[in-house]
Amino acid sequence: MRAADLATASILILLGGVVVLDSLRIGIGWGTDGPRAGFFPFWLGVILIFASVTIGMQAWHRATDKPFVTRARLGPVLKVLWPATLMVVLITPLGLYVASALYLGFYMRWVGRHSWLAVILCAIGVPLVTFVVFELWFLVPMPKGPLETWLGY
Amino acid sequence: MGLENLLHGFQIAVTPFNLFVAVLGITLGTIIGVLPGLGGANGVAILLPLTFTMPPTSAIILLTSLYWGALFGGAITSVLFNIPGEPWSVATTFDGYPLARQGQGGQALTAAFSSSFVGAFFSIVLITFFAPLLAEIALRFGPPEFFAIQLLTFSSFIGLGGDAPLKSLVSIVLGFILAAVGLDVVTGQLRMTFGFVDLMKGFDFIVAVIGLFGIGEILLSVEEGLSFKGASTGMNLRVVLDTWKTLPRYARTFVRGAFIGFWMGFKPGGATPASFMSYAFAKRFSKHPERFGKGEIEGVIAPETAAHAAGVAAILPMITLGIPGSPTAAVMLGGLIIWGLQPGPLLFTEKPDFVWGLIASMYTGNLIGVLMVLAFVPFFAAILRIPFAILTPLIVVVCAIGSYAVHNSMIDIWYMLIFGAVGYVFKKLDYPLAPLVLALVLGDLAENALRQSLIMSQGSLAIFLNRPIAGVITAAAIFFFVLPVLTPWWRRVRGASVPASRRT
Repeated sequence: MRAADLATASILILLGGVVVLDSLRIGIGWGTDGPRAGFFPFWLGVILIFASVTIGMQAWHRATDKPFVTRARLGPVLKVLWPATLMVVLITPLGLYVASALYLGFYMRWVGRHSWLAVILCAIGVPLVTFVVFELWFLVPMPKGPLETWLGY
Repeated sequence: MGLENLLHGFQIAVTPFNLFVAVLGITLGTIIGVLPGLGGANGVAILLPLTFTMPPTSAIILLTSLYWGALFGGAITSVLFNIPGEPWSVATTFDGYPLARQGQGGQALTAAFSSSFVGAFFSIVLITFFAPLLAEIALRFGPPEFFAIQLLTFSSFIGLGGDAPLKSLVSIVLGFILAAVGLDVVTGQLRMTFGFVDLMKGFDFIVAVIGLFGIGEILLSVEEGLSFKGASTGMNLRVVLDTWKTLPRYARTFVRGAFIGFWMGFKPGGATPASFMSYAFAKRFSKHPERFGKGEIEGVIAPETAAHAAGVAAILPMITLGIPGSPTAAVMLGGLIIWGLQPGPLLFTEKPDFVWGLIASMYTGNLIGVLMVLAFVPFFAAILRIPFAILTPLIVVVCAIGSYAVHNSMIDIWYMLIFGAVGYVFKKLDYPLAPLVLALVLGDLAENALRQSLIMSQGSLAIFLNRPIAGVITAAAIFFFVLPVLTPWWRRVRGASVPASRRT
């Protein structure tokens, strides 16, 4: 927990530094017609650095050995994260509907160990319903791929 | 005059289409409230793109109904599954779940829904009468007053937010920084884009909400091991009627809860402390405080009344001042801007149909809501029996669709994933997420109010103190900002003068 707290605080301090530097670049003082564009972000960056340094110091002085996350519990989290990332990658070439069908089917089979029938029904049914709701009913277009082109959408 | 407006509002809210929209919103909202990882804020965010083509009044009715539904849905999971869907339903689990375990889930749920309705109704009545007054006062506000209100908004997160005031501060500042990324509309300069074209558009708060609350929440619940061992609902008409007969006994608890809820709720971040405070008061004034935590019906009534009253009260500052009282209200505020409405006091004079239609729909929406959840509890509870290997990817897909639909842009889905990971880490490290979202929504408004104030005063910060209204609000804000520093100091002073005589 302490390490995670320190790491987060360090990242936030870095971020604060970036914000302050960029604000200095565009000017933090008084322009011809009021505060310059960097005025507000500059002070935000300063507060962020100050608060994160304090948080970091408090975390440093606190001795806890409670881990941020145990290896056993991290597993399921990553099992959600990396297939989801893969799905997002696949959206560009395949379109959202096909990518989400693959993702749903994969996750159901791999993590849930559902029967192939359930997997196929869900993986086809869910994207189909979303297609009807978004594309046909509410006219909100989603990214589409070769399958939709082939079907004429 | 107020009543006349309200009647006019009812004529708008009680059209068949708007009633249908309300039923649809409540159904979806309750489902969203029951599902892990989806709550009021990101449910509203995901559905926001669907409302772009609707008339604004129907759109806001859909979103507010969704919000009521989510509030009701939170009670279902708290009572039956011991899973608080939202932070403010935590107190409901204390007595709700033991009751359900003892086979009195029906009574607990009836009490929860009924007290939600009472709390909401109380707040709506107060909104009906106070909103026009507040809007009239707010019409005289200038930029310094609005900035002072913003300060007060964020100071209350720090002063009332709980145990990590510095982390609340970091969340607020991060939200403002994210809001500042992109084109500065005043000077036309690019800020913090570092030459990346994608950063020029800045970060959309809807995507942030979906990522932080949706993906972040699902990661958390997966980590904690999703297992829904639910008690059965045990709900039928007889149970409902029998429970209703006992409810008048708790009239004082209702009134107290509703007042606490309304008072805390129109300040941001108020719903959670309101529910705990109401629970604590009920326990304190009860003849049987020892029964609390073991399945006392009053322990369900008190927090539910307060939480729902607070949830409704959060709408008040949104429509009168243009400053939302909760993350969900913040998303709705974003909706108002997208539909081409200018949130703030002018709404009452320029769009009376919209405002009064909204207020009237709060009455009808909550009435329809309580009847629907009472009737269909088993159906909603059954949703949690869907295997999590289906629910989890389903929620991720729905979140992705919602993020993409905001601007039809792929980068937003990536942002959603990143915000999801950040939300997971932040939640684990006790960085509150609500202030970040609120700051992201209000960023531009706050910065413009600050800049205009400083232009008015030629750069002197004294403008926030020497105008009467702004001065009072700023003073209150400063008080809340220093409250976390004062409290330990005050305790030490008192502890030294009254040694060990205080027993709590």
